[in-house]
Amino acid sequence: MKRFARLFTRLDQTTKTTAKVDALADYFGAAPEADRLWTIALLSGRRPRRGVTTTLLRRWAAERAGLPLWLFEESYPIVGDLAETIALILPDAQSESDESLAYWIGYTKELGPLPEEEKRVRVLAAWDRLGTTERFVFNKLITGGFRMGVSQKLMTRALARATGIDEAELSHRLMGDWSPDSTSFEALILTHDPSADLSKPYPFYLAYQLDDGPEGLSDPADWSAEHKWDGIRGQLILRGGRHFLWSRGEELMTDRFPELAAAGDFVPDGTVLDGEVLAWADEAPMSFNALQKRIGRKTVPKKLLTEAPVVLRAYDLLEHEGRDIRDRPFAERRALLQGMLSACPPEANLRLSPLLEFDDWDRLAALRETSRQLGAEGVMLKRLDSPYLSGRKKGDWWKWKVDPLTVDAVLIYAQQGSGRRANLFTDFTFAAWDGEDLVPFTKAYSGLTDAEFRQITAWVRRNTLQRFGPVRQVKPQHVFEIAFEGIQESPRHKSGIALRFPRMARWRHDKPLAEANTMDDLRALLAAYG
Amino acid sequence: MTREPVLTFTERGIYCPAGDFYIDPWRPVDRALITHGHADHARDGMGRYLATHAAGPVMRHRLGDIALETVAYGEVRRIGDASVSFHPAGHVPGSAQIRVEVGGEVWVASGDYKTTPDGLSEAFEPVRCHAFITESTFGLPVFKWKPQDEVVAEINEWWRTNREAGRTSFIGAYSLGKAQRVLASLDASIGPILTHGAVENTNAVMRAQGITLPDTVRVTPDLDAKAHAGAMVIAPPSALGSNWSRRFGAASTGFASGWMALRGIRRRRSGDRGFVMSDHADWDELNRAIAETGAERIFVTHGYTAIFARWLNEQGYDAAVVETEYEGESLDAEAEAEPSEANVSAEDEGKVDPNEAVATKPASKSKSPKKNKNTSGDAGE
Repeated sequence: MKRFARLFTRLDQTTKTTAKVDALADYFGAAPEADRLWTIALLSGRRPRRGVTTTLLRRWAAERAGLPLWLFEESYPIVGDLAETIALILPDAQSESDESLAYWIGYTKELGPLPEEEKRVRVLAAWDRLGTTERFVFNKLITGGFRMGVSQKLMTRALARATGIDEAELSHRLMGDWSPDSTSFEALILTHDPSADLSKPYPFYLAYQLDDGPEGLSDPADWSAEHKWDGIRGQLILRGGRHFLWSRGEELMTDRFPELAAAGDFVPDGTVLDGEVLAWADEAPMSFNALQKRIGRKTVPKKLLTEAPVVLRAYDLLEHEGRDIRDRPFAERRALLQGMLSACPPEANLRLSPLLEFDDWDRLAALRETSRQLGAEGVMLKRLDSPYLSGRKKGDWWKWKVDPLTVDAVLIYAQQGSGRRANLFTDFTFAAWDGEDLVPFTKAYSGLTDAEFRQITAWVRRNTLQRFGPVRQVKPQHVFEIAFEGIQESPRHKSGIALRFPRMARWRHDKPLAEANTMDDLRALLAAYG
Repeated sequence: MTREPVLTFTERGIYCPAGDFYIDPWRPVDRALITHGHADHARDGMGRYLATHAAGPVMRHRLGDIALETVAYGEVRRIGDASVSFHPAGHVPGSAQIRVEVGGEVWVASGDYKTTPDGLSEAFEPVRCHAFITESTFGLPVFKWKPQDEVVAEINEWWRTNREAGRTSFIGAYSLGKAQRVLASLDASIGPILTHGAVENTNAVMRAQGITLPDTVRVTPDLDAKAHAGAMVIAPPSALGSNWSRRFGAASTGFASGWMALRGIRRRRSGDRGFVMSDHADWDELNRAIAETGAERIFVTHGYTAIFARWLNEQGYDAAVVETEYEGESLDAEAEAEPSEANVSAEDEGKVDPNEAVATKPASKSKSPKKNKNTSGDAGE
């Protein structure tokens, strides 16, 4: 694992993208095949199942280091990473070994079914054979959360360089339902056979946010527009008489949305649709809240199927009659899609995402303003002659979201972050006035600059009123503008509401505490947009 | 009958009633014994100062025309009913632990210290005592320094690689102590070494007192940066990423600090490299140093105080946290203008150094005097 640890160190030692790609490409050029495949798997979020609980790991690490458990527990939040804390705290290794990455992954996978004492013996033996960085990697493998500061996109770019295979083609090969146990580097990457995996999705094309409005784009006549639906992006694959539904996060969601099986009865085999899964009633999207109930449920009770049925609102056609048509112009793909869906009855559970009619940008701007009422987040702009690209690319697709909703809220609780944000207060709870009381209604973690986080951290330390474990109640003094994308009723929260994507838009140094928004203001927003 | 303690902890600093003097006070007093020249230990406004010969020049450089008397290491002075002597602390050149003996009872205030020799500072000397006042900047078992020759090799290797690629190497290091230590560890055959003014001023003071440092070039406004491509530049952390450093073109940035042992902090600094090099004792050094004093009573002044004191109590010492205004190892000069309460967050702590303040624009407008309270509970987070 020394080679992989060296790769990790090289990636960790630079903030420059090119240096990271260089490091990865070197690694892909030199590492044994099984290690290469595992590295690809880890960097695309495919990790071995956790075989040991973190409680046990903490206990064993403290024991091995000859330290009381409390001291380990105090050190952990300061370091901010469990795998790292363990790696740092252990005494130096007793011996050396240089087994491969694949060996150690096999080693961690075998731990699962073993009795506790046997697990302990094996984990301690591993720690005693590994240097600090290798230990850190090993701990990451056991605990499951592997992040190396490298996106799948960078990894794919490096792999493209090392193999000479086109990047977009590679990202397609890397999609879908595979694991290093089910395939080989040769089969997955080099001698790729598309028919080997019926479920394999295409890489999603992702749009950039259009910050300044569409005026800078070319002639409006070159563009197609539709609403940006607020659901789950999904790719529905109909091949070999079966259907598969993939999320953008490359998760297979087929069983969660059984309604979409019906599509196969009306759409020919050899079809792949791109669209948005929406909870649907009376020929209109239901609130995201309704869809949320469906997310994360592997099996869906009947009641929920009637309460929050879903459809796929399709907006693109990627495969037609078994052929990949992603390089044809959007207008052509859209026409084929339209033809296919217009023939479908409602029980196909497919809906076409309607196009917006506009001659100039002002008209589109006006249509965009209707988004929230229609349950959309804004509008999507797609160039009529654009191919379906892979990943986030500038130029042909843009999302033009409506401005977020905002409220001014009072900071009342703070908690430290972890990892990169360890030792900084970054997790905050905000409240609104209800008479004389401050009622907490949302949390937010992002939106401030590093300098602001440092400033608020220093302030929190000096203005803590009370501690509840890691959470500190602070003096109500600072007002922040909270931006969010939606608001819903939520019986689970004390305030009765829940916000979508809340973040700190601004620190309102200028705003007196008393002028923060009230629960009545929030309820009014709920009535208007909930 | 209970005797009065040899040293007490007051609002102004550590006080010796028998000798009527203070050690490293943070408020103006008549007589101050100073462990070393860092700004949180040697402050302005004292009537008289006493420090080691080797600490004198830097203190004069920083504090100006002060009434300073200096003594040799080990030389015993009688002040009132107390006998005092200074013993090497190994922290920076001239740094000392101060031994105070009253009626046969010995207390030692150690200021900041490290026990591993760094090649520049006088090597740490264990002093037997009844009560020991210790820092705990890195008082957690996750801090274990690698052998320094490994770190030195990493720094030189990094510099060599950068130079071959035509990049300038920047190292952020505190201008008194760390900067000279980095400097002394460089392989000068690799290329030219440039220094920021704040660093070079301290270099000049140290060279004048006979400390040998490699040759350096001061970065002045008219320096032709392009003519020094591939150089090593040593500057206070605050100067990196500023306009001051931009003119050097392609560069790689590293920080030298004990905090670089933590990946989260390393990533947050977003430098290219973090070199784990500290002028403070790591976990094992702290524990060994305390054991070697033979002291039963331990006072923990700054750093992860609450955690470290609890640990010491479990080891059988009579340990307590005392609140002081010492700050430990600074990394982030941006926090200098911000009063913050504890050393916990380590990296957000800064030392106020008038020389370095020139290079930075303060991160916040607040210019209020520092009121760093070393709240024990905070260290636990």
